[in-house]
Amino acid sequence: MSELFRKTLSEIRDLLATGEVSALAVTEACLARIEATEPKIAALLSLQAEAALDQAKALDRQGPDPAQALWGVPLILKDVLTTKGVPTTCGSKILENFVPFYDATAVAKLKEAGAVLLGKANMDEFAMGSSTENSAYHATRNPWDLSRVPGGSSGGSGATVAAGQCFGSLGSDTGGSVRLPASFCGIVGLKPTYGRVSRYGLVAYGSSLDQIGPLARSVEDTARLLSAIAGHDPKDSTSVDAPVADYVGAVQNAKDLNGLTIGLPEEYWGEGLSPEVSEACRKAVDLARDLGAKTVPVSFSTTRYAVATYYIVAMAEASSNLARFDGVRYGHRTKEAGELLDLYQKSRTEGFGEEVQRRIIIGTYVLSAGYYDAYYRKAAQVRRLIRRDFDQAFEKCDLVAGPVCPITAFPLGGFTADPLQMYLMDIFTISLNLAGLPGLSLPVGLGRDTGLPVGLQLLGPAFSEDRLLAAARVLEAAQGERPWPSAV
Amino acid sequence: MKITPEEVSRVARLARLELSEAKRELFVPQLQNILSYMDQLAELDTTGVTPMYGPVEHTTVLRADEVRKDFTRAEVLSNAPEEDGRFFIVPRIV
Repeated sequence: MSELFRKTLSEIRDLLATGEVSALAVTEACLARIEATEPKIAALLSLQAEAALDQAKALDRQGPDPAQALWGVPLILKDVLTTKGVPTTCGSKILENFVPFYDATAVAKLKEAGAVLLGKANMDEFAMGSSTENSAYHATRNPWDLSRVPGGSSGGSGATVAAGQCFGSLGSDTGGSVRLPASFCGIVGLKPTYGRVSRYGLVAYGSSLDQIGPLARSVEDTARLLSAIAGHDPKDSTSVDAPVADYVGAVQNAKDLNGLTIGLPEEYWGEGLSPEVSEACRKAVDLARDLGAKTVPVSFSTTRYAVATYYIVAMAEASSNLARFDGVRYGHRTKEAGELLDLYQKSRTEGFGEEVQRRIIIGTYVLSAGYYDAYYRKAAQVRRLIRRDFDQAFEKCDLVAGPVCPITAFPLGGFTADPLQMYLMDIFTISLNLAGLPGLSLPVGLGRDTGLPVGLQLLGPAFSEDRLLAAARVLEAAQGERPWPSAV
Repeated sequence: MKITPEEVSRVARLARLELSEAKRELFVPQLQNILSYMDQLAELDTTGVTPMYGPVEHTTVLRADEVRKDFTRAEVLSNAPEEDGRFFIVPRIV
């Protein structure tokens, strides 16, 4: 049974459930793969090898449990999720020594499902970035090309899953932070409907935008992870008390796309798209038509205002959320404070990285007296118009399709000097977060020019995750086997 | 909107951040660039549009006001930079 790490989560889960492989063997296979690939990609911020081995042994002693949907499956989680007794840094120096005393609800649910948690994945500091270069610890490299970024902010999650270090991961998606790394690393990533997954224990960036979402190597794997974490949680007042659909069943029963109407927003398919991304995504849409789908043009007329709207809202919420890091109750405290104000200022200035400080300052500015109406309130109004675009589109179609990003993975350092250019990369992913709707990134082949993965995005109405997953599965099955990353 | 170096310093102070001269020099043109880009929202007529502050609207979640003990004092203090077993310690204020 060599190369266990190449299995999908669904395959390894079945092997574990029938006792064909032990939890220990699977965990050891992942740890060996981490040892072999981590020097190249640097996807992780911490590794809990001993604890994982102990947990795997304990599971083996107890034996496979059919009630535990992820029994013995090794996972690695973005370091933005609190994990009891395990460091949680958010990629920031301000939380360098932070060890939470509670699990995020999504983490607790994975543990209840029998998953083995191997470690924590790298990320842009406080999830602020599109390349994982804003991590205060180190950059992560793309398993397809080590000179390129894995995307962000859940770049460690994207790279670790693509490289076979684990069978799935959770990231967080505030403006595309699950879908972009999934796209750049050639795996599947899902951003659920706002409220579908509890945010309790997810360190907040933009509270009205953030959602936890799975990244995995197949659509069915993604469905299994979503099933494990979805549902209402009294600890998150924005989590929605709606029935959780049978995601795995939806994927397994998906046969064709007959009767499905896919909307193509003209603003997502026009200028600004690199030829290779355009080509790969159009090919996937052609395939969808062959499989029975009908396509109709739709319009997202607000697209050109989406980046401005998003960054005003996200930075405003960030400036407010990150006020809690003051050097008093947890996190970094300066050694040089004379009085209290000094303690706040010095602790924050020493602890936060440059991009975080930039966003806090802009967020504070757009919320401050005299500017609130022109920026924050205005952005909230445009947000409603963006949501209206989606509502009108879904009167004409069941799903919307478009590219995840105008380009494939870019070289490290490619955009670090110009923050605005980096923000513009998010043009196709952020509207979905503003609207609070679900979206899935599906690999649709390698770009003709760069040989790097291209992701197609499927967007749906609220709580249509089962529909998204089913459609993605039909496309995935028709594409045939996906190549393994070439650089690991 | 034109943003001045003094204004950047003022806002940084509001956010409890110190700006070195070098960082201010870096930030002023970057913030100017980003805010100018954001200014394009002014083109859109939003008269009469109700602001949308979040996707979950028109709901107020209530729960019974009951005393619960979710965490121990030791847990809550466990990450404090300075504490005495009972309180978070900060520099003297008055």
